[in-house]
Amino acid sequence: MADDQGAQLVDAVRSAAAGQRQLILVGAGSKAPPIDSGDALPVVEHTGIVDYRPEELVLTARSGTPLRDIRELLGQRRQQLPFEPPMIAGKGTLGGAVATGWSGPGRPWRGSVRDAVLGVEMINGLGERLAFGGQVMKNVAGYDLSRLQTGAWGSLGILLSVSVRLSPQPELERTCRLECGATDALAWMRKWARRFSPISATCFDGGVLSVRLSGMAESVDAAASRIGGEQSSDLGLWQALRDRALPTFRSARPGGTALWQINCAPAAELPTGPCLVEWGGARRWWRTGEPPSAVCAYAAEAGGAAWPAGAAPSFQTPLMMRLKRAFDPKALFNPHLADADAFQ
Amino acid sequence: MQLLLMAMNETRVLERLRGALRIGTLITEPAAMRPYETDGLTAIREMPWAVALPGTEDEVREVLAVCREQGVPVVPRGAGTGLSGGARPVSDGLVLGLSKLNRILEVDVGNCTARVQPGVRNLVISEAVTEHGLYYAPDPSSQLACSIGGNVAENSGGVHCLKYGLTVHNVVGLKVRTIDGDLLELGGKGFDYPGYDLLALLCGSEGMLGVVTEVTVRLLPEAPEKVVLLAAFGTLEAAAGAVTRIISEGIIPAGLELMDQLTLRAAEDFASAGYPRDAAAILLCELDGDAAEARALQSCAARLFEEEGAYDIQQARSAEQQARLWAGRKAAFPAVGRIAPDYYCMDGTIPRAALAEVLKGIGKLSKRYGLTVGNVFHAGDGNLHPLILYDANEEGQVELAEAIGREILELCVGVGGTVTGEHGVGVEKLTPMCAQFGTAELAQFERVKEAFDPQRLLNPGKAIPTLSRCAEYGGMHVHGGELPFSKLERF
Ligand SMILES: Cc1cc2nc3c(=O)[nH]c(=O)nc-3n(C[C@H](O)[C@H](O)[C@H](O)COP(=O)(O)OP(=O)(O)OC[C@H]3O[C@@H](n4cnc5c(N)ncnc54)[C@H](O)[C@@H]3O)c2cc1C
Repeated sequence: MADDQGAQLVDAVRSAAAGQRQLILVGAGSKAPPIDSGDALPVVEHTGIVDYRPEELVLTARSGTPLRDIRELLGQRRQQLPFEPPMIAGKGTLGGAVATGWSGPGRPWRGSVRDAVLGVEMINGLGERLAFGGQVMKNVAGYDLSRLQTGAWGSLGILLSVSVRLSPQPELERTCRLECGATDALAWMRKWARRFSPISATCFDGGVLSVRLSGMAESVDAAASRIGGEQSSDLGLWQALRDRALPTFRSARPGGTALWQINCAPAAELPTGPCLVEWGGARRWWRTGEPPSAVCAYAAEAGGAAWPAGAAPSFQTPLMMRLKRAFDPKALFNPHLADADAFQ
Repeated sequence: MQLLLMAMNETRVLERLRGALRIGTLITEPAAMRPYETDGLTAIREMPWAVALPGTEDEVREVLAVCREQGVPVVPRGAGTGLSGGARPVSDGLVLGLSKLNRILEVDVGNCTARVQPGVRNLVISEAVTEHGLYYAPDPSSQLACSIGGNVAENSGGVHCLKYGLTVHNVVGLKVRTIDGDLLELGGKGFDYPGYDLLALLCGSEGMLGVVTEVTVRLLPEAPEKVVLLAAFGTLEAAAGAVTRIISEGIIPAGLELMDQLTLRAAEDFASAGYPRDAAAILLCELDGDAAEARALQSCAARLFEEEGAYDIQQARSAEQQARLWAGRKAAFPAVGRIAPDYYCMDGTIPRAALAEVLKGIGKLSKRYGLTVGNVFHAGDGNLHPLILYDANEEGQVELAEAIGREILELCVGVGGTVTGEHGVGVEKLTPMCAQFGTAELAQFERVKEAFDPQRLLNPGKAIPTLSRCAEYGGMHVHGGELPFSKLERF
């Protein structure tokens, strides 16, 4: 069901520009909340793997390609997407993964979504089809406008296709579980961050510190016996953490609490109250009834930023708005993410 | 009259700059400005109007404010080791040298980060944190001299970037002063802060978008075990094939470098590294990990090299043996410098599977032009560094060297590669950029520049070719079968 909708999407952008209509880009609908202003422009039908070169560790696919299909294909060659993008409720596309820039549990060890992006093809707000970057590992020709699309939530243009760097699947993976308190868990994570080890993810949640080990069998076994705790080959926790399917992420909770995502200095002190800690301490999911100002103050103190879990960021500093205008002078794309009034 | 006015204005601007520099200095004497005339691309020189060497971040801000108000072009400069003319001055502009901002501000072992000023030299960071068993991974061959600010501006790579990433993958925070005086504080000590990824955009932006005034890098723990293999091959193609093979077998070496016969012999004469002089090409392959991992990788890599036709494999386990093998590679550029009066270093990157084909193509071009080309490069990344040997004193050779260089880059673009993998566009690769990008992409780059620097004061004339330059070049590449602008509705 490979389908190239590039030409139709270019037409849609050009006619939106001519008719002064704004466009809300819709992928698989797994992450972005529904918005009622502007015309919805589905990009999910623009699908298909354009090029897969296992020997180069590179894949190029159209942005609507389901992550599930990509994972399946890569699995056949024992390769993987190093950035472990979430499949919320089992859904998700490559374009959506890049547009949100949500990296998975292995982020500090395997790199982020943007780290893996090698090139993009996109449509800007002038209806031009543009290609930046490519399929090679190193490329400094011109500004890095492909990595800039990562985490831009489609506000700079429509991603048509993305080339990403892949990684080989490890020979063996294991989970170790250690029971401990939050402060000890964080101290443990930071101590191990200073040692060379096959650790590829950490997660503290509800009194248990879980550690994922990935690598050659011998090193994984050696590290597992040094770490101790309860050992298993069950990796379900990591997939649930990746897909935000753990109980912590469930939205309905009594008591007027909200779940916040906080990316901060990994060793920064933990907040009070229940908090899921991953990325060696650098990402925290804090459920709290504290007012937003208090949460943001905590995050700032911790050398980071806080926002409601799952929310899209806004791009409203003067420079970011100028950058948006550089790609999309008529503010056609996802205008709810940047202050559209500023463009008039 | 006009001239007199200009001269008066000039004196006033110089006075204001001097006033802004209390700790730093302003240089206007031609003799003292000589070292700033050029960077690592020494064929291209220009005397700047003045050189400012601020001593504090505040002074950077004040110097930029004067330049903005007076419309003076500014060329940021780190250590001047760039190989594409990125830091080459402009005659009517100021060189803003960051070398005095050379303090390590903080080593944060708990967070595994170091916060440093832009003028800190690359190697100094690793030296400062080695007592904690940590290091800063990107290691350009110029790491003894080049500055971290320059590394950010070029998104520099090095031997170990194959496994550990380029500058952009290892920088977590930046402070950047824009030409309109804003201080951008990007990232921090953690990862992935919300908003446009300006940190990634600044990496590799060649001093065109802002001046980097502080860098926070992440530090990695040293691998406990390292092994270096030297594999000798009877043909260049076999060595190239072995590169593709090893990566496709799922092995990511810490470093994987290729040297052809010309460069390995020159390096051997220079550094006595113990390279087999009869080899058509050698691969240097570093594997790291814990003890078990390094051992397993070593035997696996050695087997693959043998299968791909390596006739001799040396394995260096001790630090001394390894240092000796690497010494030849590290000295390769100066070693080649000894066998020809001049050399010109190219920097195209290609898909690894195309290595053999492109190396063959380079060989053919070399015959056709009658110029020797050596190859020593980051093979694991597909990042070529063809060294074109020539003699600038011989009539017409400079032009020949440039022409073959351009053809080599076109060869790279032709197989889906890029005209620069890590050295940047600078002034050197402006024309080859026209082969890689269409009009619409170039115009998009321009608009991004304008969002940061509408007056075009920062590093003018670098990195992005003008459309008229590309039209002249004639190699204008037509995207997706469409003629630029032909059907395009103009909004
Ligand atoms: C022998 C040799 C070997 C080399 N090997 C490698 C290699 O292995 N890998 C590699 O990637 N490169 C290599 N290089 C190229 C060069 O060393 C790198 O590009 C390096 O990052 C440049 O750093 P610099 O401090 O010398 O910058 P400069 O040459 O001074 O400047 C380079 C560019 O950065 C800009 N710039 C500098 N500082 C700042 C700042 N603070 N803010 C904003 N812009 C700034 C300048 O305007 C210019 O455009 C090599 C060079 C030599 C001479």
